[in-house]
Amino acid sequence: MRVEEFGERTLQLAGWDVTLTTYRLGDVYHCKADNTSPGAALARTTGPTREEAEGLALERAQELLRRTRRRPV
Amino acid sequence: MADYAHPEVLVSTDWIENHAADPSVRIVEVDVDTKEFDHGHIPGAIAWDWTTQLCDTVQRDILAKSQFQSLMSESGIGNDTTVVLYGDNNNWFAAWAFWQMKIYGHADVRLLNGGRRKWLSEGRELTLDVNPVPPSAYQPKCADFETRAFLPEVLAAVRMKSPGLVDVRTPEEFSGELLAPAGLPETCQRGGHIPGACNIPWESACAKDGTFLPIEDLEQVYGAAGLDRAKTVLTYCRIGERSSHTWFVLQYLLGFRKVKNYDGSWTEWGNLVGAPVERGLPGLAI
Repeated sequence: MRVEEFGERTLQLAGWDVTLTTYRLGDVYHCKADNTSPGAALARTTGPTREEAEGLALERAQELLRRTRRRPV
Repeated sequence: MADYAHPEVLVSTDWIENHAADPSVRIVEVDVDTKEFDHGHIPGAIAWDWTTQLCDTVQRDILAKSQFQSLMSESGIGNDTTVVLYGDNNNWFAAWAFWQMKIYGHADVRLLNGGRRKWLSEGRELTLDVNPVPPSAYQPKCADFETRAFLPEVLAAVRMKSPGLVDVRTPEEFSGELLAPAGLPETCQRGGHIPGACNIPWESACAKDGTFLPIEDLEQVYGAAGLDRAKTVLTYCRIGERSSHTWFVLQYLLGFRKVKNYDGSWTEWGNLVGAPVERGLPGLAI
């Protein structure tokens, strides 16, 4: 199967940059949310539509990002 | 790629497609996100899990020689096999695997330039199939730690005020504002950086498509930090994989001769009792 509909976009989530990478493989959309810099994966999901896969990834990523604490320097 | 110091350690996506059926080549995916492989991978590739297969799972360390030997054998890799590593995040843990393979003396290891991201973005073929590989006989060399820095060497570098300490984490981690990248578990007691280190985030070496920058751009990035290619350079990050990426860039693309990856990294340093720490801008020791 070839990778179809590959796309990346960056958005703000819980005050952090998040990059969503989505592609379709056969009938399934695969999505990964990462923290943009350094790019570590926060969530990886699948779904029958792009919206469903991305929505689930954002939901899981938000849970993790909310726990992140900034410290005074 | 031809202008790099060692262009032979990089392959392109086209090269992979042209060698898909080459029995002398083993393609291995090594991802930060260990589930990535299951969401589609290059046909014929196998996967290594960095959390279980590229480290000692009891004590914090890289693979012991016997463990490395077992991994190579189970992966169908012989001493003459060309191993091509690729992974997510522009090859973070692929570089980590590359570093370990060089420690144990594997001759022909390469990275797919651009990693998994480039393969995906070009709409190339992925498969969900996992084909078993026949085991091989493998004889690793004794570990050569010329490319690995341990704590005493880093402490000495700090005492000597060595200019060759490179922190490749994000500016927020470097300053101490974050103890770990956003969304990841905190693995240290203190934030900041090793005194005297300069901050050159690992991704400074990459283009938007995930491939490495051209040689002249790399020279500008690392030259601006005043790194001396004739002197020892120590790279570190949080757990040692991002710094293996920069280690690869300095040693194999730019041709630095004495580059060591301090894989203890901030997870070791930031938990040491009494270790000196700087926060914010370099020079503000606390």
